[in-house]
Amino acid sequence: MPSLAIVERGRVSLAYVTHENQSANGNGAIFRAGTPQRGGRITLFEPPPVDAVAVEERAAALGKRSIKKSAKVAGLKLAVAMMDLTTLEGKDTPGKVRQMCQKALRPLEGDDTIGPCAAVCVYPNLVPVAKAALAGSSVKVASVATAFPSGQSPLSVKLEDTRRAVELGADEIDMVIDRGAMLAGDYAKVFDEIAATKEACGQAHLKVILETGELGSYDVVRKASELAIAAGADFIKTSTGKIQPAATPAVTLVMLEAIRDHYYATGRRIGMKPAGGVRTAKQCLQYLVLVKETLGDAWLTPDLFRFGASALLNDVLMQLEKERTGSYQASDDFSKD
Amino acid sequence: MSQSLMKAGSLEVDRKVEAALDFGRAWDYAPAPEATDHVKIEPRYGLFIGGRWVSPRSGKYFPTISPSTEQVLAEVAEANAQDVDDAVKAAREAYEKYWSKLRPADRAKYIFRIARAIQEKSRELAIVESMDGGKPIKESRDVDIPLAAAHFFYHAGWADKLDYAFQGRKVRPLGVAGQIIPWNFPLLMAAWKIAPALACGNTVVLKPAETTPLTALMLAKIIEEAELPPGVVNIVTGAGETGAAVANHPDVNKVAFTGSTEVGKRIQRALAGTTKRLTLELGGKAANIVFADAPLDQAVEGIVNGIYFNQGHVCCAGSRLLVEESVHDIVVRKLRDRMQTLRLGDPLDKNTDVGAINSKMQLEKIRELVAAGEAEGAERFSAPVKIPEKGFWFPPTFFTGASQSCRIAREEIFGPVLTVMTFRTPEEAIEKANNTMYGLSAGIWTDKGAKIFHLATKLKAGVIWGNTYNKFDPSSPFGGYKESGFGREGGRQGLAAYLEVE
Repeated sequence: MPSLAIVERGRVSLAYVTHENQSANGNGAIFRAGTPQRGGRITLFEPPPVDAVAVEERAAALGKRSIKKSAKVAGLKLAVAMMDLTTLEGKDTPGKVRQMCQKALRPLEGDDTIGPCAAVCVYPNLVPVAKAALAGSSVKVASVATAFPSGQSPLSVKLEDTRRAVELGADEIDMVIDRGAMLAGDYAKVFDEIAATKEACGQAHLKVILETGELGSYDVVRKASELAIAAGADFIKTSTGKIQPAATPAVTLVMLEAIRDHYYATGRRIGMKPAGGVRTAKQCLQYLVLVKETLGDAWLTPDLFRFGASALLNDVLMQLEKERTGSYQASDDFSKD
Repeated sequence: MSQSLMKAGSLEVDRKVEAALDFGRAWDYAPAPEATDHVKIEPRYGLFIGGRWVSPRSGKYFPTISPSTEQVLAEVAEANAQDVDDAVKAAREAYEKYWSKLRPADRAKYIFRIARAIQEKSRELAIVESMDGGKPIKESRDVDIPLAAAHFFYHAGWADKLDYAFQGRKVRPLGVAGQIIPWNFPLLMAAWKIAPALACGNTVVLKPAETTPLTALMLAKIIEEAELPPGVVNIVTGAGETGAAVANHPDVNKVAFTGSTEVGKRIQRALAGTTKRLTLELGGKAANIVFADAPLDQAVEGIVNGIYFNQGHVCCAGSRLLVEESVHDIVVRKLRDRMQTLRLGDPLDKNTDVGAINSKMQLEKIRELVAAGEAEGAERFSAPVKIPEKGFWFPPTFFTGASQSCRIAREEIFGPVLTVMTFRTPEEAIEKANNTMYGLSAGIWTDKGAKIFHLATKLKAGVIWGNTYNKFDPSSPFGGYKESGFGREGGRQGLAAYLEVE
């Protein structure tokens, strides 16, 4: 059970959500008063339904945009600047992380117009290594926390995990929600844990991983998105990368729509991070199209959109070199850090 | 951490700032035009009669232009009554000599052959469709041409199974079918007409629309290459007079017309007292009904697709948006933002969402009705698009604050213009949706399946979509109620239009 302080926090945040509902002119449909959750302690808003067929159709239609020449180069360079280079393995070592940091700083040797990446994303133990390697640069250090990737630990452990990662120097925390609680209908627990983690982050910026591949439907993704946003997320993120399916264009679109409705209601901009499953330059341009045509120019920045990826950067670089030189280079021509 | 992140993370919200999305040019798409160098359009086309290309007895030709550039693409023969008579004679002869004697399975082989050839030439057909008609290449490529092929495939499958289409009843073909098609889906409408006629054992005289004859003429070439017996399909180009000659010809057994209600009425008057069979697919003023419990973001996509697909040149377009009053403001806001992302321009650009208006005449009609909407006091919003200098264009537009009595709520505009009205209860939605002289189609958006089924039984419309819009399939019958016409096209029901069912 959350501590009293957390319950307080939850109440404060919920009051804030209610306030949004009432003040938003003509936007009553965005947060509809729902019935009390069975067994839950609090009444929760009911998010709008999502039509799975139509949302997949829309995502697929946007995936057919033709991005060529100058648009391709500009898009791919933007994508590099939006990347959270990620390594989240049991076999991660300081050496591996230092090399990845180097890659984040200078993605393509000899071309200063490309990069640096937005951040590197590592486990808490490797935060100091990354921090040192990136000292003086704009590249942020993100750390997963809250018993990543399952989130199946007591809240006190998750909060301690978060605080330690921040103390070790993490600029950004990528937390996981309790999917078990989400699927069991205990939305209050999900909400309170996010709110508490946000508090534990202090100044660090919070990305909330929904693990959409475990949520089962777009309706639950939409609900989890709104919960996370209401509980204080700076970013919402699709996946840990440990579960398939990870990010898909359709699930990203559902989350972008939740962000858009929140912006309509409050004027507050929440960031988005698709992670896992984005492997090619072509896919990453399709995600940029989704953002451009759903949320507009303001979100086309690393401050509000990120790619979480471990295997994407070199494909993007290969395409950029192809546009520059007119021919494809061998994959061994790009450093595999 | 940047300023915006700090702000995003904070609960402080500056409520004075109007939250407006900005769909600008921070990252814009480069032009992506489809290459046209491999497309061959002949400078001049004759008439396709009796399996041969012949010069018109009228001696007259007329130009067909690209509505996006106003450039002449080709000259096309103008068939007069004598030419039409030649075509009907050829069709009659083909019917008596070949087509009615052929084994049904062999008829099917020819139709399958046409279907495959359309697929093989799909790229070229799509490009010419967009050049001649002005529609975006993504639509001709992904909708018109694949569906045209699908109609031939589907009906080819029926050719040898007609005895099973109407249980316990015998069927036989009608004879010669005279078919007149519109300019909004030129090849697709030709497929809708020709495929079932051939499958049911009839022969055909088809007249394409005068502004968009090219893909029908390309289809004639495909039919020629498929080596159909001469005269089974005849294509005569021309304008209204040519169409009238087809419909009025005494040796035509069946007339199928898709087009305006006005012309449809004229044809029906002309056919009164004859033994000719008739099907009419005419205008529409469909209600797209959005309930408060709908998946709103997807409903907005459905609204956009419903009215801006093919520049609104769609008889089943969702041109009246009926939205539950409690979500009117948010739906309009979402729609307005969505329309900022619509890309209007070169129909051949793969990223174009809205192409050119099909003709100057149509553009003038749209302008007249939009002016009427403004004069009647409705509030107009048009997407902020840049209109090209040449060609015929109209920005995607909607009106709010309109009432059922407004011209823009009653008359078919056949352009990218939506009229938004509100309702309070399902009963009111049904009443307003049915309060029109048309009855072709309707859309219902709600998360409650039961509500969809309830409304579907009450709406007087031939096609009703639930949580989607403008979805077509050859197996699904299409057609209208009231002044939207009669008869069905597609599906088992569509076969009845080309058969005598005994």
